[in-house]
Amino acid sequence: MANEVVKKEPMFTEGYVIMPYKYSVGTLASKFFIEIRDHKKINGVKCPKCNIVIVPPRSVCIKCFNKIEDLVELSGKGTLVTYTVAHYDSAVQAMKPPYAIGVIKLDGADTAITHFIGEVDFKELKAGMKLEAVFNETRNANILDIKYFKPVKNKG
Amino acid sequence: MTQRVAIVGIGQTNHSGRRPYHNDGEVIYDAISAALADAQLSIKDIDNVIIGDMELFEGHSLNDAMLLDYTGAEGRSGFKMNTGGTVGSMNVISGWYNVASEFSDTTLVIGWEKHDEGPTTSAITTIWDPAINRPFEVGAISGLAMISNAYMTRSGCPLEVGAIVRAQASDNAARNPKAHLRERYTVQDVMSARMVLYPLNLLMICPTSLGACALVLAGEKKARKINKKPVWIRDHATAHQVTRGMDFMAEAGKIDTSMTVTGRKIFQRNHITKPMEEIQVFEMYDPCAFCQPAWLEEFGLCEAGQGWRLIEKGVTAREGSFPVSPSGGTLCTNAIGDTATVRVAEAALQLRGDAGEHQVTREVKMALASGYGGMYWTDLLLLSNTLD
Ligand SMILES: [Zn+2]
Repeated sequence: MANEVVKKEPMFTEGYVIMPYKYSVGTLASKFFIEIRDHKKINGVKCPKCNIVIVPPRSVCIKCFNKIEDLVELSGKGTLVTYTVAHYDSAVQAMKPPYAIGVIKLDGADTAITHFIGEVDFKELKAGMKLEAVFNETRNANILDIKYFKPVKNKG
Repeated sequence: MTQRVAIVGIGQTNHSGRRPYHNDGEVIYDAISAALADAQLSIKDIDNVIIGDMELFEGHSLNDAMLLDYTGAEGRSGFKMNTGGTVGSMNVISGWYNVASEFSDTTLVIGWEKHDEGPTTSAITTIWDPAINRPFEVGAISGLAMISNAYMTRSGCPLEVGAIVRAQASDNAARNPKAHLRERYTVQDVMSARMVLYPLNLLMICPTSLGACALVLAGEKKARKINKKPVWIRDHATAHQVTRGMDFMAEAGKIDTSMTVTGRKIFQRNHITKPMEEIQVFEMYDPCAFCQPAWLEEFGLCEAGQGWRLIEKGVTAREGSFPVSPSGGTLCTNAIGDTATVRVAEAALQLRGDAGEHQVTREVKMALASGYGGMYWTDLLLLSNTLD
C-alpha cells in the first residue's frame, strides 16, 4: 500500500456573534429626528462662523471645527447628486433588491444626505433631477421616518 | 535623530478565495518567512513588529495578541494598526516612523486577511453611522458605486472604460502568480457580467481574497548591508476624510478629496512637476473599475476629465507610458488587510526589476503606491531605488 493516498479533511470551528447596539444620536440629531417625527420637517444645521449648512446634522463644523448648536429649516426638496441601483442581496440590507439609493443635496444645504429613491423608473434616474421627501405615516424619530425621496412632478 | 528607511525584504503568499487547511496564523507565517528569506535575515534580527487587518472579518479581534506566536512579536515592541482599507499602508507608514525615528533599526510589517472565514459585508457595514447611513449602504460597494457614477457624470467617462480597466487588470493578474483572480477577460466579457450595484457589475468590483504580505524595513546603514537592492521610502502622506467627502462637498469644490491632498503634498515636497514622467509606475489601491480614471485626476497626475481618456489610449497598460497596478491591482486580489501592503510590495518589486512576468517595460526609478479606505481616506507613498 505504498501509494495509498491519505485523505485529509479540513476542520473548522463554527459560531456566530449577535451584536445588538443602542447608539446615542446626540444633542443636535435628537432635535433633527424629533422635527421629522412631529412635523415632517428635515432641518439642516448652520455653522455660525462660516455659514455652511450641513445635513444630516453634525455638532461640529467640518470646515472650521466650530461647535454648532442650531437647526435651520429646509424645504424637504433637493437635487440628486449621484445614485446607484442595488441588484445585490445580503442579510444587512434594509430592502429587497432591486432598489435605488441616492445622494441628495437639499435646497439650501451645502452637503448631501443618502437615502432611498422611490416611485421612480430606474431608467429615469439622472444626476440633477429634482426630488422631494416622502414621510412614513408612523414615525419613530429615526432616519427611516423618511420613507424615500421621489421625483418632483413637473406641473403642467 | 532621523534616518532614511528602506524596504529590504518582501514576502507575499499566493492569494485565493479559500484555503481551508490553513489557519490565519499559518498564512501570516508563510508571508513572514518569505520576507525574512528575501532579506536573508532571521526573526532574531527584527526589533519591532507592526500588524494589521480588518477588525471582525475573521470573527475575532485583538489579532495581534491571539496570533503573536505566528508573527514573531513575542518579547518585541510593535503596534497594531486598525484603519480599515488603509491598514496595509498604515502598517508600512507606522514601520517607517519606527525606523526613521531610530526607535528601531529593523521593523517587520505584516498585512493579512482571511476573507473566507467571516461575513465581510456585515462586518464592513458596521463602519457606517448607525443613525444616518447604515440602513442605506451595502458594505463598501454602494459608496464606490456612487462615486463611480458621479465620476462618469462629471467627466463624461463611458461605462466601457471600466471594462477596459478590468480587462487590462485581468491580463496583468494572469502574469502574476500571487494574484487571486487570474482569468483573462475581454472588454466584451466584462461588459456582459451581472450587474451588482449600478454602474458596477460583478467584474468591476474587487474580490474577497485570502492572503498575507510582509515587508522588512531597515535604517539606511543596515539596509545597505542587508540588501543589494534596497527600495527607499522617499516620502508618504496620509489624509483622512469624512464620509464620502461629507456627501460630496468635495464634488462641489468646497473641500479637497483625500487623493488631492496627498498627491499635492507628495509632489510639492519632492519638487515633482511632471509626475507622469518623473514617476514611472503607480500601484494604486483600486477597489472598483472607475477608481483608476477618477483618481489619476484627483491625485493630480493629469487634468480633470483626462483620466479615462488616458486609459482609452493605453497609457496605463503594463507596456504603456504610465502603468497603473501592473500586478493586476485590487480589482483582482483583495485580502483587505494586506491589499495596501501588497501595493507597496509590488511597487518595490517593480523598482528592483523583480516583478517577473508582470514587470513593466519602462525603466522604473520612482514609483507610487497608495492605500484607500477607512472612510474615503488615502495613504500615498513615494518609493525609489536610489537616494539621488
Ligand atoms: Zn464652520
